[in-house]
Formats: sequence, C-alpha cells, structure tokens
Amino acid sequence: MSALVEVRDLVKHFPITKGIVFQKRVGAVQAVDGVSFDIEPGETLGIVGETGCGKSTTARLIMRLLEPTSGRVSFEGEDITQLKGSRLKAVRREMQMIFQDPYSSLNPRKTIGSIIGEPFAIHGLEKGEGERKRAVQELMETVGLNPEHYNRYPHEFSGGQRQRIGVARALALKPKLLIADEPVSALDVSIQAQVLNLLRDLQREFGLTVVFIAHDLSVVRHMCDRVAVMYLGKIVEIGPGDALYGFPRHPYTGALLSAVPVADPSHHGQERRLLSGDVPSPANPPSACRFHTRCPKAQELCSTREPLLEEMDSGTRAACHFPLTREEVGEIGVRSAG
Amino acid sequence: MSTAEPLLRVEDLRVEFHTEDGVVHAVDGISYEIQRGRTLGIVGESGSGKSVAALTTLGLTRAQGAHVSGRILFEGRDLVALSDEELRSVRGNDIAMVFQDPLSALHPFFKVGAQLIEAVVAHQDVSKAQARARAVELLGLVGIPDPARRVDEFPHEFSGGMRQRAMIAMALANEPKLLIADEPTTALDVTVQAQILALMERLQRELGMAIVIITHDLGVVAELADDIAVMYAGRIVETTSAELLFDRPEHPYTWGLLKSLPKLEGSREEPLVPISGTPPSLINRPTGCHFHPRCPYSQPEHTRIDPKLEPVLGEPRHQVACLLESELRGRLWQELRAGRTPLEALAAVGPDGPSEAVS
Amino acid sequence: MIRYIIRRLLWGVVLLILVSALTFLFFRIFPTASPAQLRAGRIQNPKIIHEINVDLGLNKPLLTQFWIYMKGIFLHFNLGYSYYSSAPVKELILSRLSDTVSLVLGGAVIWLLSGLAVGIISARRPRSRLDRFSMGGALVLVSAPEYWLGLIVLFLFASDIGKVRIFPGAGSYVGLTSDPVKWFTSLILPWLVVAAGNAAIYARLMRGSLIETMSEDYIRTARAKGLSERRVVLRHGVRGAINPILTILGLDIGILLGSSVLVETVFEIPGIGLLNFQAITHSDFPIVQGTVLIAAFFIIIANIVVDIAYAYLDPRVRYQ
Repeated sequence: MSALVEVRDLVKHFPITKGIVFQKRVGAVQAVDGVSFDIEPGETLGIVGETGCGKSTTARLIMRLLEPTSGRVSFEGEDITQLKGSRLKAVRREMQMIFQDPYSSLNPRKTIGSIIGEPFAIHGLEKGEGERKRAVQELMETVGLNPEHYNRYPHEFSGGQRQRIGVARALALKPKLLIADEPVSALDVSIQAQVLNLLRDLQREFGLTVVFIAHDLSVVRHMCDRVAVMYLGKIVEIGPGDALYGFPRHPYTGALLSAVPVADPSHHGQERRLLSGDVPSPANPPSACRFHTRCPKAQELCSTREPLLEEMDSGTRAACHFPLTREEVGEIGVRSAG
Repeated sequence: MSTAEPLLRVEDLRVEFHTEDGVVHAVDGISYEIQRGRTLGIVGESGSGKSVAALTTLGLTRAQGAHVSGRILFEGRDLVALSDEELRSVRGNDIAMVFQDPLSALHPFFKVGAQLIEAVVAHQDVSKAQARARAVELLGLVGIPDPARRVDEFPHEFSGGMRQRAMIAMALANEPKLLIADEPTTALDVTVQAQILALMERLQRELGMAIVIITHDLGVVAELADDIAVMYAGRIVETTSAELLFDRPEHPYTWGLLKSLPKLEGSREEPLVPISGTPPSLINRPTGCHFHPRCPYSQPEHTRIDPKLEPVLGEPRHQVACLLESELRGRLWQELRAGRTPLEALAAVGPDGPSEAVS
Repeated sequence: MIRYIIRRLLWGVVLLILVSALTFLFFRIFPTASPAQLRAGRIQNPKIIHEINVDLGLNKPLLTQFWIYMKGIFLHFNLGYSYYSSAPVKELILSRLSDTVSLVLGGAVIWLLSGLAVGIISARRPRSRLDRFSMGGALVLVSAPEYWLGLIVLFLFASDIGKVRIFPGAGSYVGLTSDPVKWFTSLILPWLVVAAGNAAIYARLMRGSLIETMSEDYIRTARAKGLSERRVVLRHGVRGAINPILTILGLDIGILLGSSVLVETVFEIPGIGLLNFQAITHSDFPIVQGTVLIAAFFIIIANIVVDIAYAYLDPRVRYQ
C-alpha cells in the first residue's frame, strides 16, 4: 500500500533580515529542518510538539501554503512541490485544512452558507444556486449544524459551532487528506469532546486520511493511530500510538509524557524527573542532536554527531544515540507507560 | 478542611455586571473557605465565573463597574466592604495574584527588576538598594538563572516560562499569605507547565502560603490542589478534596467533565462522552437547576427548583448542589465509571431508578 | 544602531538632492514673474533686463544653471544669493532660524503640556460632562484657521489694539539675546495660537490612547500589586499610552519648523516663514529654494530622530 503523502527532507528556513531598504540576511529561523515521513491512506497521524517545534509549519508545507526552502512533498505519487496553475489547483481539492482559532478563521462578513459553499465556487462545482445550497445544507447536517442557519453570520455561533463550520467547509470537496491544526485547543473541554467525536465519525464515514496537529498529548493519543514527536524542526520519534505512549524511546518524548498533568490525584507525589530550562531559539539551534542541551542522558557524541531516525525494538523509530530503557521510562515517571 | 480558622472565607458572593444586553450574573452566590497552607483548585469552563470570583477577591472588578454583594472575610476583615484605599494595603501584600499571560500582564516598557522593586516598595519601607537586593533574591527563589543580570532586562527578553516565574516572584515580594493564580500555566508549553506547577508546590511548602489555583484543566488541579471546587454558570456545583472528586464525584457536570477527557493511558477505543449543548448565557440563565438543559438525568421538577450546595451523606466535607437523590448518584457514577454512556447508565440503574429522584 | 543612523542620514541626503532638483524645476517650468523684470523695477528697459538676466545667470541653459546650483549647495554649502538684495541666502536663513525655532518650540511645550493634561483627565472620566466639554472645545479649536485665530487673539488681548490689553501685540517681537523678557512676553500670543489647534489634537490623541491602555492586562497587574490609582494611571498608564504621541510630536515639530508662515505674518515675527513669503512675492528663487530645502531638512531630521526615539520608548523594537 503506497503512501498517500510522502515527505522527504523537507526544510523551511525563514530568513531574518536587517535593514530597511536594502535587507541583508543575517540568519534564519530553522522552523523545519529536514523532516521525512509518510502518511498512509486512511490513517490518522498525529504531530505533537511544543512551541517552535515546526509542526504547524510542516502542515502548511504539505498543503503548499508555504513554499519549502528545499525538500519534496509527494501526493499520490506525484511531486507537488513544483506544481503550478491548474494542476496545483486540482491537487489542492484533495487536501483541506481546519484551523485553530474558530474566531479568526472565518470571514465575519460572509454568511456561513457562503463560507461553506466557497470551495464549490472556487473549483467550479455545483453551479446552480439551488444545487450549491443543497450541498451546503447537507454538509451542515453532517457536521451537526442546523441547516436552517444557512444565512447566519459567524458571530452568531459559539466556538464549537464555528469549528464545525470550518470542518464543513473543509469537507465540501470531499478531500482525501484533512489536516487539522490544533482544532480543539481554543475550545472548552466539554465542547472539545464533541468536535473530536465528530472528526472521528467523519473520518470513518468519508474514509479520510487525517493529520492531527496538537500540543495536547491526551487528545493526540485518543485520536491518532500513529504519532510523530517534533522538536526544534526535527522529528525525534515516530511510530504507532500504543508503542510511543507505552514505551517512549526518545528522552524528549519521555519528558513530554511525564510532564502531562493527569486527571488522577493518585499520581500526585509519584516521582517525576522534570526537564529543566527552556526550548532554545529555532534561529540558533544546538548542534547535532537538538535536544542535547536539555537531555539528562546527553553525552559528548550527542553534540557532535546528529542521530538519525532508527527502528527501535519497541515499535517506534527514534533519533537518539542513547534511547530510553524500560527502567528509565519508569524513573522519569512517564504517565502512559504500559 | 481543618477546624482551624480559615484564612479566607467567602460567603454568598454575588457579582453582577450591568450591560446593554442585560444583567450578567457572573457569580451567583458562592461560598467557600481557604485554609492556611493548603491549595484550593477552582475548576470551570469559560463563563463559569471562576476568574471573576478570583478578581473580585482583590476588588479588581471594581474598575469594570461590578456590583458585588456578599462577604469575603480575610483575617476578620470583609474585603467587599473595604474602600479602595484600604484594599490597597492588602493587594500585593497579604494577598497576591498571578495572571494567565505574563507577556501582557507585565508592563512591556519597564524592566522586570523595576517592576519587582515597585511591588516591594509599595508595601515595605526599605531603601532602593534593599529593594533591589530583594528583587534579585526573589528571582533566584523562583529558579531564574543569573538573577543579578536578568533583573535589568525587559519582559520580552525572557522566555515564556521565565516570565511566569518572574510574575510569581513579583507576587511573592511581600510574602503573601494567599496566592491567587488565574490560569497560570494555560499559555505555557507542557514541559514548562510542569516546571511552574512544581515551583508553586515547592514555594507553598517553603513559605507556608495558601494557594487558589483557577483553571479549566482537571489535570492541573489533580496535580496541585488539596481541595477542589467545580463551578458552573456562576455557582459552585461541587466541592471536596481532590481524591474524592476524582474517585466519587457526585455532580453530573463533574461526571461529564471526567467522561469527556481523553486519557493518556488506557484504551483508545472508549469513546469520549461529551456534555451535550453549550454553556448557558449568564444573562438569561436556565430556570431551576442551571445545568438541567445539559443534564442527561434531569427530571421535570429540575426546571423549577434551584439546588443548594449540601453535604453528601457520609462525607461531610463533600458538598454538591444536585437534586438527584444521593444513592442514585452513587449508582450512576459506578455505571459511568465502568465505561457506560449516560443513557446506558440510566437504563442500567433500573426502570425505577429515575423515579427515585426526588428533591 | 550607529549604522542605522548613518544609513538614514545618507538617504536623507539623497532626499535633499531630490527636493532641490524638484524645487529648481518647479520654478523654471511653471509660470512665475520674471525676476529680472521685478528687479528692473519701473524701468522696463529690455537691455537692462537682459543685463540683469546675465548678471543673475538666468540666460544660461537650464542644465548648466541646475548644475551650478547643485554644485553650490552640496559642495560649497552655498545656497546662492538673493535676486533682490544680493544677500547670501544662507546668512538670511540662519539669522532668522532662532526666531522660528523660538516660536515653534515654545508653542510645542505649551500644546504638549496642556493637551496631555486635558487628555488624561478626559480619559479618566469618559463621557462625563467635563470630557464632552473638552472634546467639543477641542473640535472648535482644531477647526479654527490659524490666521483667523491670530487676528482674533490680537483683537482681544494685544496691548496696543486689544479689548483687554495684557500682552504685546504684532510687531513687538525681539530676539532672545537682545531682551529676554520682551522676547518672552511678545511670544505669548503667538505661542497660544500655535498651540491652540495642536493642544486640541493632542488632547484627543491622549484621551484615546490612554483609554485603550487602561484596559491592558498590565494595568490590572499594577492594581493587583497594591499601587495607588494615581501611580497606576500616571506611571503605568501614561507611559504605555504616550509612544504614539511622542512620535507624532516629533513629526509635527519638524513640519511646523518649515511652515510657520501664517503665524509669523500675523504677528510680524521675522522668521523663516515670513522670509519665504516675501521671497515668493519677489520671485526670489534662491531664497525660496533655500527655505524649501531647510524645511525638507527639518522634516528629514525629525523623522530620523523620531525613529531612533521610538527604539528607546519601546524596548521591544530595538534595532539590533
């Protein structure tokens, strides 16, 4: 089964310039610095990481909302990195995105009917006015909105409902790939569950392949088959959710999983080893293994030779010279260890 | 809660805002206590009134024209009745506050040290040099490396986690007896969040101060709080110790929150059970029990009767505001906890179950 | 930062060259009275006029004239000589610089202090009677033409012709060095006129900026620290609100230094504005070109100063 999307050595550097008229490049924010992975059809792939890890940038690169500095993205076997014009437009029909902020990602001046119907207009489908309205209302029902609210404006809806509008819009063209960039982070807990359930149901119903980007590890665990952990522009570990959460091999994955506050006070007081310091700036990342400045297991090798993703016996691939052992996983207090 | 005199006692606090659209009942009669040296977690979603209640403690809602009634007793004085002038001697002194977003909560144009010094000088009669030394000491206390240099930097030169530490340092300037933290880690990365929570715990142990932590994150209160109060639509619907809340919650809203959380461990197959509907308007609140439109177990009379916060049978320190009968609640929770949905739980409890729900 | 300043200054020079070129062009292209004819006076003898033209260098090809002109300015800092009086333009301008500066800076101090005070008070009591009155009054003052306001003020308060004779009137101006007291009193009315409209604008600006600033999170933090409301408003609030106002102030002063002609005319203050006005009526190109150049120079410097100052005012924006 060939992958739906192949990402190879994707790099995105945002230049930092000085000067007003003549701008001189003095450095770069290495937002994404050599990422490679596949997205299998029908799976839900989660990408997690903290601020500055590059997960959102990666998503936008796959969608070609940003142009990569180098590297290749293939969709259904076709290299889409260099596509232009009508061919690019055709590919774009197959990939859609849902955004984080339900309050700013919808045009406040348009009715939700026209927001959801816009993809039809752009791609010249459902020409008739009546046809389009019917298609939109069908979508609204699918996502749990009242079709009679076709002519209402975004501000008349709550945050959770707005996210549903975003989902409806994304599904209008029946894409193969759906990228959800922090779709529930801005929502209340009781609403989050509604939207997450909706996404899961829709994925089954439409056979979607989903990339789910979030910083909330519990949400990703629940939603995703496979998970990739990113740190400072690189994937440090990737693999099936059960394996990654049950026995993380990369120290950063371990740190993340031990830091998550779990809604169970019996964990309170359990020994944890916390990460110290802050994430380094992506404009000036550490040499070789990016994590070595904060890693409790770091040794000299880590600052001189960059580790590559390698198959671990526990089922994931991790980029680490000294992956975690079972004892260490227990010591640092990984919450999800099985 | 111990039998000693509580540090802070809130009695029937109500906070209203008169707006063009009507009266917003942000806080609708809440009562709770905070003991010295203990941590109370106030949990709620947006619109629950948790932040407004916290801000009102220090009179910070006065500037927005809030109408406050009820009493907030701190060491015998009613903070609601104090004038601004009198309240000022409490703010940043006996009671200090930490806010959600340290980037916007610190003044961008003043150095961090200057802002700390200001906090010290506002309440202590010390020289500039002493205040500065105290500022450096405070930054060190919260774990900021190289504090003597950092004290002369601006907030934007700090990273997110360090900024929050700096804000905590500023709150500690005059050794407060109570620290109120309003969503202190919501804007932070998860590893930084863990550091800040650990810091707060350590500081509480070392300084013996009480903490009120306000958050929407049940994981955070499980980490940090000794006691928890759950707020909904301006009211406390349930309050008890942290262990009991997660082990034997009594209010359907609490059940809903716990069932709708994705778990880090355990099976992925168990579906999330969301709470249906959306949080109510605080202007036109549902009649009777405010939660009834979203409650899977509500009965017709729940639209008419307003539940009061009452102790649970056999657990005097566990209070809940619910019209369902206590034994029924216990059985429902057992079903829910075993993985059933609310409808299944209702059915499992038996056809005569619901009719036992008498107020 | 130094490199940034140097870069801006160099661009400033480029701009000045452009401005001089344009001014030169305007005078040669657009119809004006012939300076030679004006200089010749009542005797419109073509031979004499021709001689004057040669004398002034106006018979040479346009490009040559331009080249001589530009060389003069940028290599020798020689702004030419008045067609009318043959006096060196540079001296004329420099000698009157202090008068214009006295007028503008004094006015600026008054409008800044009064405008900010009114703005702060209005912001603290929005929609009160005081607020509505001062904003309404501000609107009136902004709408009043300077020339008209100057005459009204003289009519009311001038010591020679006014209804209530308290301040010296038009023509009473003397330089600072000759008689400081008279210098000061003679500028009171002109300062009020310069300040009036601007005070109104600044009051409105401050009001708006402060109202917005007071809703910021850091104001709530300041209160939570137990600071007095006075300190919260004046130290935290005003400091947060004042940045846009100071930048506009810099630009306003720069512009005003080159365009104070109306007030100078009404009050007969021998500044650069008045010089410019008189030169225009005589088609005295060199003087006009000189004053335009000086005005452009002030604006360029003001812009640079304001940009640099902003980096000090807002530490988040430090040019690396």
